[in-house]
Order: sequence, then structure tokens, then C-alpha cells
Amino acid sequence: MAAGVAAWLPFARAAAIGWMPVANCPMPIAPRDQSKRQDELIVLNVSGRRFQTWRTTLERYPDTLLGSSEKEFFYNEETKEYFFDRDPDAFRSVLNFYRTGKLHYPRHECISAYDEELAFFGIIPEIIGDCCYEEYKDRKRENAERLMDDQEENKDSKLPHMNFRETMWRAFENPHTSTMALVFYYVTGFFIAISVITNVVETVPCGSTPNQKDVPCGERYTVAFFCMDTACVMIFTVEYLMRLFAAPSRYRFMRSVMSIIDVVAILPYYIGLIMTNNEDVSGAFVTLRVFRVFRIFKFSRHSQGLRILGYTLKSCASELGFLLFSLTMAIIIFATVMFYAEKGSTSSKFTSIPASFWYTIVTMTTLGYGDMVPKTIAGKIFGSICSLSGVLVIALPVPVIVSNFSRIYHQNQRADKRRAQKVQKARLARIRAAKSGTSTAFLHSKRNGLFTGLPQLQGSEEGDQQLNKTASLLESQHHHLLHCLEKTTAHEFVDEQLYEQNCLEGTLQSCPSRSPSLSSQDGPTGTCCCRRSRKNPHLPSAGVAPTCQRSLQELSAIHIQCGDQPPLTTSRSSLNMKLDEGSRLNCKTGLITTAIISVPTPPAIGPEGDGQSLTSSSVQTTASSNVVKVSAL
Amino acid sequence: MSGCRKRCKRQILKFAQYVFRIITGTLSTDSIDDEQEQYTIRHRPEALEQLEAQTRFTKKELQTLYRGFKNECPSGVVNEETFKGIYSQFFPQGDASRYAHFLFNAFDTDHNGSVNFEDFALGLSILLRGSVQEKLNWAFNLYDINKDGYITKDEMLDIMRAIYSMMGRCTYPVLKDDTPRQHVEIFFQKMDKNKDGVVTIDEFIDCCQKDENIMRSMQLFENVI
Repeated sequence: MAAGVAAWLPFARAAAIGWMPVANCPMPIAPRDQSKRQDELIVLNVSGRRFQTWRTTLERYPDTLLGSSEKEFFYNEETKEYFFDRDPDAFRSVLNFYRTGKLHYPRHECISAYDEELAFFGIIPEIIGDCCYEEYKDRKRENAERLMDDQEENKDSKLPHMNFRETMWRAFENPHTSTMALVFYYVTGFFIAISVITNVVETVPCGSTPNQKDVPCGERYTVAFFCMDTACVMIFTVEYLMRLFAAPSRYRFMRSVMSIIDVVAILPYYIGLIMTNNEDVSGAFVTLRVFRVFRIFKFSRHSQGLRILGYTLKSCASELGFLLFSLTMAIIIFATVMFYAEKGSTSSKFTSIPASFWYTIVTMTTLGYGDMVPKTIAGKIFGSICSLSGVLVIALPVPVIVSNFSRIYHQNQRADKRRAQKVQKARLARIRAAKSGTSTAFLHSKRNGLFTGLPQLQGSEEGDQQLNKTASLLESQHHHLLHCLEKTTAHEFVDEQLYEQNCLEGTLQSCPSRSPSLSSQDGPTGTCCCRRSRKNPHLPSAGVAPTCQRSLQELSAIHIQCGDQPPLTTSRSSLNMKLDEGSRLNCKTGLITTAIISVPTPPAIGPEGDGQSLTSSSVQTTASSNVVKVSAL
Repeated sequence: MSGCRKRCKRQILKFAQYVFRIITGTLSTDSIDDEQEQYTIRHRPEALEQLEAQTRFTKKELQTLYRGFKNECPSGVVNEETFKGIYSQFFPQGDASRYAHFLFNAFDTDHNGSVNFEDFALGLSILLRGSVQEKLNWAFNLYDINKDGYITKDEMLDIMRAIYSMMGRCTYPVLKDDTPRQHVEIFFQKMDKNKDGVVTIDEFIDCCQKDENIMRSMQLFENVI
């Protein structure tokens, strides 16, 4: 339970008095707070710096080190304080967690040191408040990536038994893994370069025949260029097919950007082969050759920087969009103004508004070709305003794009948004699982049928026991509250799957319950008070806590006595065993899973406790105390 | 017609103000609004001695109570939402907001929409340290939603539904829709002596004092603090 909420438990219990007149059954007896210990200050000495806090503050989170009896291991008898040999600065946030219920991550702290402190004190990092959680996760991810990078450098690339396809894919993705891959990598790079250079040189005029003007080299040495082109395209095709074969998910590979670039790079050649005969579409065919320049994008497989640039542009899409939009707006405004300003002047180049677009763009980007200039005074005024505003509009989004690029380049993150979403979902699921711990703890305790209250031991054990008890006192009080609610409404809490099962059974059978004494047709009174164990005829009738039988699980009340009874063997009542009266579990400090039961009844009650006004207590417990639970809520 | 003209004038005025604000920038007006919103109610309770006299708690108990109270509500008052949130945390399986609403009204004795520490301590003092009579009085006050001195079947049904909704969905046996109603019938059978359809405070206290179970359960939470 959360910090402040634990302090409100007395209030919630007091408010339960509102249910009492409504209930038809007697209520279970409350767990007793044996020794009314006044709240005391405890001193925590962390490497010399002393922190003081109330004991109850620490006990808010009973499944952490400081809230449980584990801190007794650090108790120093002479100085009467708890000594921890840890970092006092990090301890500040840990202690503040107890005080305020919120865990904060101090930004100057190293992430792994902080993690270690949290692990030492038994606090899960998921509870870090939303204010600091992003920072924490970022730092953690950075650290993890750094570790991974270090590992990869040292890693020997001897991976166990991959088949041929996987090896090939790995070779394609990571050229440094084998020599063959490296050779392949350089060969393809070389051919990409060749192809691009060929495309460029094709258009250079080389030499001139005497009778006509310069011809581009492409037309002069057609065959040579054609052979070159064919060779490159063949290499690219083979490469593409090999990648397609090796890809673990062919469909995803075909959708990826790089493969599309590959296809676009080689397609024009094949289309050209098919369509050489058809004269009509030869114009279109020429246009297709433009796409050959896309081969230069194939270089991005070879260059990390290019990939990062592409990714930056993609992630800055909104800024680029804003730039485009504002530019368009400004262009339209200024073009209109210039057109109307220059309308009067003779032989003006500003023939229409779209014609003025060109002037506006050239002026705003500070190019200033000078092919269109305003002549009127108004035109010149607006022209100068246009050029000034152009500088501003273009300069604004650029720093954002630049900073984005540098951030991504330095951190080298890929698709971190998608990863962050998954992490957030996982974190919420973990916190939800921890929260459901409260309700499951109650159901868990009922299921085990272990009813424990607070230990009442005399003598030397009392000191230890007190602390063990207070850890579960909160829980037992909370469970008692829930038990009272059950009694008031004459219904019990079950967990999801049991409920589903019951629903199923209810629809299958006509009589919904298998419990012999239970019938849903009886009103709430009938169900509640009739549920008694038939195995315990010795139960005194007055004020008895009913032993509830359920078909699926067994709950039982154990009659206990306190005092100096010799410890008898306990037997948990089950369907076949008889309930022993007057049994007591001997509980040593904190290492066994069942805690002691005791009851504030007059001592010296013999095993034949008939006819005595034995107030049996049926109280619940948390069944396990040495399993470190996630601190809930 | 004049009303229409007035409305038109108001609209034009508003539009003109809007345009003016756009031109001159809206920052100045916004900040003033924000500052006002940040001003929250703060409440400091009466002195410890006074509270000690009014309630039946000792100084130490009041101190513990106040520390918990202040931790959860630093401003010194609880409003209904916070109250519901706190109470709901104790009943994770069901919906405790209805019952919390009734509880809040029972604690908020001056009906100003917020519970300060005095109300809180006084209420707890009755519940934990009061006589059985006072506790029963308090319970009656809780059930009597409109505080008219009578508990009608409808009020009781509301309360009962609120209690049952705290159980949630997953119960054994499965909660039926008319279980609260049946429970109310049983309650009225027990309490309504003159069968007039309402339960008065005297009938209530009378009947509760005769019922052993209820009397015993009233003593249940004596040792809570």
C-alpha cells in the first residue's frame, strides 16, 4: 500500500462501523496490536551521515529492506542505530521514497550506481515517478547500448551452427564478419561507382565529327556503354536476388526502402530491353533512364552517415513540413502583392501571379538571379520586405533539423520511438501486476487457510517478533477489513479464474453450488451463518467464527490459545483431518512461511475446551514473509 | 428584439476583444489566470490542546493522525475526489466510490465540500472512542442520506448497493442484482418495528441494542489507533 494510504488504514477500519448494523453475521475478530508501542525515531547511519525518521515511516513498505526485519541485520547494539555502509547521497532518494511515496532519480547520479542502491534496499525501479522515469530509462538504455557495443567488439564471431541462408544474410548485413562478405561489399561498391560514373560520362560531349555538332559520348561509343551498363545491371540483379533469397522475412525485405531502391535502379534497363522496338514509348523510355541515378542511393548501405541523414530527415518530417508550409504561404502572399504592385509598370515581367512565384522564391532564398526585377517604387519596397522575411522563414526550422541530426548521429539510435512504446507498455504491465498483488495477497491468504494473527511470545523472542509482526500487521488489518466486508455482504472475494469457473458451473448445473451447506436460494443470512464445519462438533456455539467450506478451496479457523501451553502439533484443518484445538505454531524469526497465531484469551485452556467461552479468532495473514514481494501501489 | 440586439452587441464586443488580444498578444492575460488557478485552499487546524479537548484522543494519537493526514493532503483539506481515491485503494477488487461518497458526507458535518482535520478527528473520535450510543448515532447519520431523521427504503438501498459494489464482480457466490434489495428487506424487517416504511433513530438504536451481533461488532475497532 502506498505511503499515506497506510496511515489512513485506521480511518478505513473505523469507517467499517458503518457496515455493522447492516450485517447479519458476526464479524471476525480484529488482529490485535499487542504492545502499544509508541512511534519512535530510529537512526539510520549511512557511512557516517545520520538520518532519522519515524519507525512507521519505514514500515509503510514492508517488502523492502528498511521496512522489514531485514534491517535488524544492520543494527548496531552499542550505538543503538542502524549502520549501512552505502553511499549517503543515493540514500537520500531512497529515504525520500519512504517519506513521500515517490521515488526520484537524481540526474547527477550514475545509473548503475543508483541501480545497485535500489537493488540493495529492495526497491524496484519501476516505481520511479513519472517526473524522472523518462530520464532514468534513457540513461539506462544508453548504458545498455554502450555495454553492448563493448561486447560486440570483443565478441568472437563464432556463432553456433547457422545454416547457409542465415550465414549469407549475416554476411550481407555485416560485411566485417568474413572475408568473402568484405570482398562482396567492396565489389558492389565499386560497381555502383562505375555505374554512376558511366551515367554521368554518357552525357559529356566527347569529340566532334566534322559534319555535326558535338555528340555525347553515349551516342559515340554506344556499344561500350551498353556493355558497361549490362555488366553493372547483371551484378546488381544477382546481388538483389541473393539478398532476397537470404532474407529471413522475404515479404519484409521486399517492403524495405533499400530493396525498393535496388529495384528502381535496375528496372529501367529491363524495361528498356523489352521496349526498344516500340517507337511510341521511346520518349517514356528515355525518361526512365533518369531513374538510373537512383543507383547512387545504393551507397547508403555502405555509408552509416547517409543512413543517419535519411533517418534524420524522416524524424524531422514535421519541421520540414512546417518549413514548406510557411514558405508556401509567404510565396503566395508576396507574389500577389508584387503582381499588383507591378501591374502598372510597362513591359513588366510580372505577367501573372504564378509568374511572380518565381521572383518570390528567388528573392526569399536570397538567390537573386536578376531575371525579374521590380521597377515601381511600391514594388521595390515590397521586394525588400520579401527578401528580409525570406531569411527569417528559412532560418527558423534549420537549427531544429541540425540539432536533430547531431543528436541522432551522436547517439546512433534507430527506431527508438517504437522501442520506447513497448517499454512503456511493459512497465505499466509490471506496475499493474504489482498492484494486483494486494488483492491477490488477500485471496492467497484465504486459499492457504492459514489464519495467523500476531505472535505473542514472551521473553527474548519478543523483540524480534515485534518487528516481524509489524511487517504483517498492516496486511493483517487490511485483510481483516476485507473479511468484515465479506461478512457484511455474505459474499466472498474470489479471483478471476475461480469466478469464471463458478460462472461456468452455474450455467451447467441447476444448483450452482456444490457446498453442502450453501445454497444460493437462501438469502444472505442463510448462506453466511449456516456455513459451519461439520467436522468440528466441539465448536462452542457462541461467537464462533464460522468455518466456511467451499467446494474448491478450504478455509478454516484454527482455535488457538495463548499462554504457556506446551506447543502441540498444529494441524491445518482439511476435509479429512480433525481440527485440533489448542495448537500453537512455534515461530522463529522470519524464516518460515507461516506465522504464529495467538489469541487474547485467558490462559490455561485444556484441549478439551468444550463449554468454555473460547473466542476463537479467525484472522488472516500473509502467507509468505521471506519472499520479497513487489511493493505494491 | 432588444434581447437579440443585446446579445449581438455582446458578441461583437467579444469578437473585438478577441482580435485585440490576438494583436497585442495573449500572454499577459493568460498568466494572471494561471496565477489565480494556482491559489489553493490551505487550512491550518486548531491548536493541539483544543483538539485534545474536543476529541477523546491523546496528544500522541492526534499527532500520529495528523502526520498521516497531512502527508496525504498537504493542503490540509480533503476534497471528495481525494477521499474517494484514498478509500478505493483499500478495496482493489470493487468500486468503493459510492460508499466513499456517503462516508464523505458523513464526515463533512458542515457540508462545505471539504473535510478538514478537525472534522476528520472528530469523526474518528466518535467512531473509535465514542459510546455505543454515539456510534449508532453516527451510523444512522450515515444511512440517512438527506439527513431528515428517517431512513427510507430507497436510502437504504443506495447504501446497500454502495456496499455491495465494493465487493466487485468476482465474488462467491455470484452477486445477483437483487441481492442488495433482499438485504434491505431483511434490514427493514428487523429494524422497522411499526412497519411504517421508515426507520427512525429510536427504532434503529433500540433494535441495534437488542442485537448481540451488532453490539459486539461495534466494539470491534476499539484498538485501531
